[in-house]
Amino acid sequence: EKNMGGGEEVVVLDFWRSPYAMRVKVALEEKGVKYVTKEEDLGNKSPLLLEMNPVHKLTPVLIHNGNPISESLVILQYIDEVWPHSSPLLPSDPYLRSRVRFWGDFVDKKIYAAAKKLWPAKGEEQETAKREFIESLKLLEEELKDGPFFKGDKFGYVDVALVPLTSWFYALEMCGNFSIEAHCPKIIAWAKTCQQRESVAKSLPHPHKIYDYVLELKKRLGLE
Amino acid sequence: MGQVKVFGYWPSPYSRRVEIALKIKGVEYEYVEEDLQNKSRELLLYNPVHKKIPVLVHAGNPIAESFVVLEYIDETWKGNPLLPSDPYERAQARFWAKFFDDKLLPAVRSALYNASEGEEAQKVNEDAEEVLKTLEKEVKGKKFLGGNEIGFLDIVGIVAAYWMPTLQEAADNKRQVSSHM
Repeated sequence: EKNMGGGEEVVVLDFWRSPYAMRVKVALEEKGVKYVTKEEDLGNKSPLLLEMNPVHKLTPVLIHNGNPISESLVILQYIDEVWPHSSPLLPSDPYLRSRVRFWGDFVDKKIYAAAKKLWPAKGEEQETAKREFIESLKLLEEELKDGPFFKGDKFGYVDVALVPLTSWFYALEMCGNFSIEAHCPKIIAWAKTCQQRESVAKSLPHPHKIYDYVLELKKRLGLE
Repeated sequence: MGQVKVFGYWPSPYSRRVEIALKIKGVEYEYVEEDLQNKSRELLLYNPVHKKIPVLVHAGNPIAESFVVLEYIDETWKGNPLLPSDPYERAQARFWAKFFDDKLLPAVRSALYNASEGEEAQKVNEDAEEVLKTLEKEVKGKKFLGGNEIGFLDIVGIVAAYWMPTLQEAADNKRQVSSHM
């Protein structure tokens, strides 16, 4: 049956550089759910990936007892609903849930979107992306005021949504020639706190590896 | 339970979906039509981050972003559930709703409004058709997008489907966009 909680098969179709895939791994680790990953080569997608995510053909895909779920934030909510008893990611109050969903959506629409434009761009285009990135991050930073996490003292949905991007911070800073800490010190402090969690340390690659990958990608795409 | 107010804009499908959800739940609300060229002080106060409609205010608490609002409505008023109860089915509904907003609406809007001439128009129309075909595969055989009861996805899709023929006429688009709906 689809919604059984325990004793089952959990597979993540993964891509090690993808912050979206990292979200899923962090969440599963937080919940203490056993899972296996299958690394995808997005230049050469496996038949399994194409079958499990025929619409977007992208990672991450969570396959739970053979049932595929796509879109990382949709996956996070699924994980929270199927394994509700350990480390809840979302609060139980509907209004607080709406706040958390709002900021998760903001992380995607503003912060990730700007980051994606930032690293490949040059000149004025890059300056615009940098501005958007920093301004959005600053807005979100205000939500840390009750800290250390976005929901106060509990690591949750918004933290899981944003923390994977911190593995890309070094690459973004190098490509954009700027310091994130200079603009958003609280975000950097929060990132360091998160890094101490096993779920995060296990799921995020070293920032230098991401930077090496970005350099290689830029060369391949002729973007230097 | 607290007063409900909706800040909306009648041509906006995002705004309409919130109203439809409230009506399905039988929730009474006060509606404020916004002039998007001259947004009210209240709207800016309630949605300082995006400054957009729709915004739902319930007992003084503001909620923005239409999907966030729909989920809030579903969790707060229990009758006539919008989302299925099974987590896997819920995930599917959320996936398709996102697909609708991220892919379908922009593609179709582009095809209907921006289509100029020649190659660019061709590409834009192809994108829209591709997206519509994907959705059609999903709709096949089902009474409503969510199965047999009207729900989340129908609310999301309904406004676009209703308006599609009118928009098409207005855009004088000869492509058969609406034949896929």
